Amino acid sequence: MRSDGLFIAVEVDDQVADDAALAATLAEACPVDIFAQTSDGGALEIVQQNLDECVLCRLCLDAAPEGAVRVIKLYDEGAVLV
Amino acid sequence: MRFFEYEAREIVKRAGIPVTDYGFTTNPAQAREIAQRIGGPTVIKSQVLSGGRMKAGGVKFADDPQQAEAHAREILALEIGGQEPRGVLVDPRADVEQEYYAGVVWDGTRKQPVMIFSPVGGIDIEQVAEEQPEKVSRRHFSNILPFSDFQAKEAIAATGVSGSALTRLTPILTRLAKLFVENDMTLAEINPLGRLADGSFIALDAHMEIENEARGRHKRLLAELGVGEQETRQAREPTPFEIAGEQIDASDHRGVAGNVTEFDGNLGLVIGAGGGSLTLFDAVRAHGGRPANYCEIGGNPSVAKACGLAKLVLSKPGVERIAVMMSIVSNTRVDIVARGVIKACLELGHDPAEKIAIFRIPGAWEEEGFKILERYGVEYADRSVSLNKAARRAVEKIEGVAAR
Ligand code: SF4
Repeated sequence: MRSDGLFIAVEVDDQVADDAALAATLAEACPVDIFAQTSDGGALEIVQQNLDECVLCRLCLDAAPEGAVRVIKLYDEGAVLV
Repeated sequence: MRFFEYEAREIVKRAGIPVTDYGFTTNPAQAREIAQRIGGPTVIKSQVLSGGRMKAGGVKFADDPQQAEAHAREILALEIGGQEPRGVLVDPRADVEQEYYAGVVWDGTRKQPVMIFSPVGGIDIEQVAEEQPEKVSRRHFSNILPFSDFQAKEAIAATGVSGSALTRLTPILTRLAKLFVENDMTLAEINPLGRLADGSFIALDAHMEIENEARGRHKRLLAELGVGEQETRQAREPTPFEIAGEQIDASDHRGVAGNVTEFDGNLGLVIGAGGGSLTLFDAVRAHGGRPANYCEIGGNPSVAKACGLAKLVLSKPGVERIAVMMSIVSNTRVDIVARGVIKACLELGHDPAEKIAIFRIPGAWEEEGFKILERYGVEYADRSVSLNKAARRAVEKIEGVAAR
């Protein structure tokens, strides 16, 4: 799954997106609420309206299996946050 | 926050400084009763926060209670400087032999209170200082250590006052200094301080201002004086533009993006904060620019909040461009503000490169911020460009727009 803001896009591998435990971890990790869990406590959702609030803190990268979450800087020719 | 005269008098009275036997009312019939109780000629004074009461007809002299009632009725219906009076103060006409001035103000440069005294009162102290400088004394004092009678004596004696007047004035000035410090005042002024025929002194008028941020520390006093928690006591009511600014700031707990004041210029300002925004505002004016607003941004507001403020400023009628400027920031991220202001332009259908005259915010995360600004073609400056030069550049660009 991928969602684009004006400055930031976030891409998450589909297997990870379906993992309820990981969805909860990401929702907890992101300081600006870019990740959420569906109301039934299941899959991951990306909160479109918060995307541009991303502070590039990398907490989501650390919380997910390596490479499963990608934060993309649209203003920097699509550079991926590492 | 300013106090009305009747409130300031109450503060003076509570501090143990003699005041006249005045009364405050919002009702003409009560004004008559107060005048009756006083039992002699009275002065009826409009209770407004703006100056120029006398010229506007807000101060009238009454010989008897009937006249006091008639004057109170007129004054209560009289708007002064766009303000309706809170009420009227009915004051005895004191038989004064000489008018003095006693005041304490906060000296922001020295970061200390300064006591000002003059045996020439009843007129603006600035005028006395200009025309008879030897008649005005100033003494800075600590707002931590207790103020002593000796310091008061020094201030009084420096103007040539001696003898009984010096002795009687000393406790008044000491109490004034104490009330200033204890109530976190920025101004505590008694003018005139009258000397009566028997040599005693009495406060005939008082002006007091309390530090806004200290209101929370003086809830009891404010409640006892009847000052509402929502009362801002600004010189004028906030405009819809300013209210919208407050709403933007309150919409999100992160950082500050508000404290907006409206002006009638064509250059919108998204500036911060505290001293930085004042400096930038002055710099724009010094270069001939006409700011459309003052505002404060800082403490790392969210992108949404920076965007909201920029949209508000950009939408103000008459605004041709905005200048986004701050001193060197450490607790606000350059890239977050850059995102906010660019987003504001785009959401309003403007080209950020056109609408943002200059972006001069160096500091935390500036590399990311500058990448964003480059991507949208916005002219930006780093810390090698002073606030003054950045302000000049903004004015040059807006003048280019006006000339087209
Ligand atoms: S980098 Fe930080 S702010 Fe951005 S999406 Fe990941 S956790 Fe959220």
